[in-house]
Amino acid sequence: MDWLLDPDGTGGKLAVMLVAILLFVVVMGLILFLVDRPRRVPGWVVALAFAGPAVVMLAFGLLYPGLRTIRDSFYNRTGSAFVGLDNYVTAFTRDEFQIVLRNTAIWVIVVPLVSTLLGLIYAVVVDRSRFEKFAKTLIFMPMAISMVGAGIIWKFMYEYKPASQPQIGLFNQVLVWLGLEPQQFLLSAPANTFFLILVMIWIQAGFAMTILAAAIRAIPDDIVEAARLDGVGGMRMFRYITVPSIRPALVVVLTTIAIGTLKVFDIVRTMTGGRFETSVVANEFYTQALRQGEQGLGAALAVILFVLVIPIIVYNVRQLKQAEEIR
Amino acid sequence: MTRTTRTSAARRRTLAVAAGGASLALVLAACSGGGGGGGDDESPSAEVDCADYEQYGDLSGKTVTVYSTIVDTEAEQQQASYEPFEECTGATIEYEGSKEFEAQLPVRIQSGSAPDIAYLPQPGLLRRIVADFPDAIQPVGEDAAANVDQYYTESWKEYGTVDGTLYATPLGANVKSFVWYSPSMFADAGYEIPTTWDELMELSDQIVADNPGGDVKPWCAGIASGEATGWPATDWMEDVVLRTAGPEVYDQWVNHEIPFNDPQIATALATVGDVLKNEELVNGGLGDVSTIATTEFTEGGYPIIDGLCYMHRQATFYQANWTTLDPDLTVAEDGDVWAFYLPGETADDKPLLGGGEFVAAFTDRPEVQAFHAYLSSPEWSNAKASVTPQGWISANNGLDPELLQSPMDQQAYELLTDESYTFRFDGSDMMPAAVGAGSFWTEMTEWIASDKSDEAVLDAIEASWPTS
Repeated sequence: MDWLLDPDGTGGKLAVMLVAILLFVVVMGLILFLVDRPRRVPGWVVALAFAGPAVVMLAFGLLYPGLRTIRDSFYNRTGSAFVGLDNYVTAFTRDEFQIVLRNTAIWVIVVPLVSTLLGLIYAVVVDRSRFEKFAKTLIFMPMAISMVGAGIIWKFMYEYKPASQPQIGLFNQVLVWLGLEPQQFLLSAPANTFFLILVMIWIQAGFAMTILAAAIRAIPDDIVEAARLDGVGGMRMFRYITVPSIRPALVVVLTTIAIGTLKVFDIVRTMTGGRFETSVVANEFYTQALRQGEQGLGAALAVILFVLVIPIIVYNVRQLKQAEEIR
Repeated sequence: MTRTTRTSAARRRTLAVAAGGASLALVLAACSGGGGGGGDDESPSAEVDCADYEQYGDLSGKTVTVYSTIVDTEAEQQQASYEPFEECTGATIEYEGSKEFEAQLPVRIQSGSAPDIAYLPQPGLLRRIVADFPDAIQPVGEDAAANVDQYYTESWKEYGTVDGTLYATPLGANVKSFVWYSPSMFADAGYEIPTTWDELMELSDQIVADNPGGDVKPWCAGIASGEATGWPATDWMEDVVLRTAGPEVYDQWVNHEIPFNDPQIATALATVGDVLKNEELVNGGLGDVSTIATTEFTEGGYPIIDGLCYMHRQATFYQANWTTLDPDLTVAEDGDVWAFYLPGETADDKPLLGGGEFVAAFTDRPEVQAFHAYLSSPEWSNAKASVTPQGWISANNGLDPELLQSPMDQQAYELLTDESYTFRFDGSDMMPAAVGAGSFWTEMTEWIASDKSDEAVLDAIEASWPTS
């Protein structure tokens, strides 16, 4: 078994990969064969064979850790003594955590609204224009950059040097050109949170634009034509025809970005490390649980995050269901 | 969204291809950036005499895994220093370095996949590991413990000891009580190296008086370091506590026998503030006081090269940053940059702040014990010194100082082994993580970034000290 568990060199690893693929094919074939062959198999056996492995993996990889986290949030830092709601009290009452919660609220309100709005305006403006493909590619590009990458890029954009020194950051260079004093964008709270939020919007607007552009394309031509015949155009067309027609898509975009924003971690960690009152729940959870070994507090923060996401997901799912029914 | 026309589907596909291509190009561009750092071709210069290694026995086919915070070039130097051991005993050392070490080690221990050997960068982390995972960490084996007794001072042994049991052996060391400066700038201006704290402050005022424009300041500093932002400020603080309150109070402070907001500590913080929060004295070439908080510590001293500031308090390991800035810079007493000892209150008062890593084992297999003993032996220290061009010393008194290649390392080793200096280990590294890697860093950052008052800072840190 040594060659299998601890392969040497490329040849050995290739062999292990082949074995793994073969194993996968055999297992899948076996399942398909067993399910397909005898005609009189009860339905639940089929369901179990297909869904069972996935359910087991979900239970092991998602449900158990989730329950474990909830349990830990009621225990002390090592998980050895029950402390009741202490961790939650700390998370909601200590000054620094209140700033964390406030920042998370700002993020989750501003990012979805602004990026959806920008995406929507952009989608309407470039729709059927001459430069549509190029314009769409341009705004979609940031989606391809990881959040850490985006954080590093934008850190350079905000870079501060005193007026007497050559500027590195674009924003401060512009300020200097205009004859103004360079600013420390990432230092002064609470404005710095908005400068971090700008990065997330930069990433997410492309996603909003893509989905919304597709939805606008899908508006039946006869509705648009009927509206035109009635003399509707410009802003009123947008207000009374476009927006109501793509409402389900708007909801999906808003909620998806909101969920993504609640989890935001990379941008904050890369750009400020949560310093200068910019920390958010996901970043604080990591810092507390893993860096400072405050597992109970970290777990409590994770649970708070989890509770915050639930209403958004419920709303999202209900909207999706409604959209299906209409169809 | 179901009614998509054929043309728009085709158009969208081109869009997707364009976007996909762009991201692929970015990935490729990102990949091509790496792989340039492996230029240093180091191997132990002298032929290895395997006689010294016979005590470890034949370990052919055995593997020891090592996990640490040391990455990049320094990791290559680490691995190079194991070569004599690997060659002579036949063992394989699997080295893994990670910048997420402090966060990942407890996770790995909890999940039952602890490394054989871990290099703990802080005694505080060692205490936490011993308290949280008493069954996982192994007491130091006999041979390694004997080495510690023979080659290290009592205080270094003490840092690796928790509740009377030796759990870790010292590895590398660094000295923090240094002020970097440019010898030629000092010579041109006719400045002398200060030998007392008062002289240092007089020199600072002198520099202010000699540079009325306000562009050139005596000091420059930077404390940004990702999520560890603030640690250079804690080093400042520790150095000053040692000077204004003395080593005994320092020990009480670190062990929380006096509160963090004790008046003696407040005096020290005010003294640090006299420099770091004084608009006249900082922050040369970088901006106002608050820029200290946003300047990367790695770049904090660079204005010295441009003649915009005169002094930068930072540890011995900062010498690597000068050569990163410009490979032609020479770090020497008559070179472009050099460092002087941060003076005590009087010339006879010589406290020395330093830090280091500690080796702990999580298994007691013979090959792990053998490697652990090797790491605590002079053979390893000498092997490490001979493959490291600069930036590494050890507190091992069996280390041959001749092997240290950079003059800075030689000076640091000299101070470290000089009996007239009172050595103390980095205080924040000894404190519990919630303080030492938490509130102490963040509050010092706030203190500088948003001009938080001394009192509020000390009270907040005291409040965060864990009760159990």
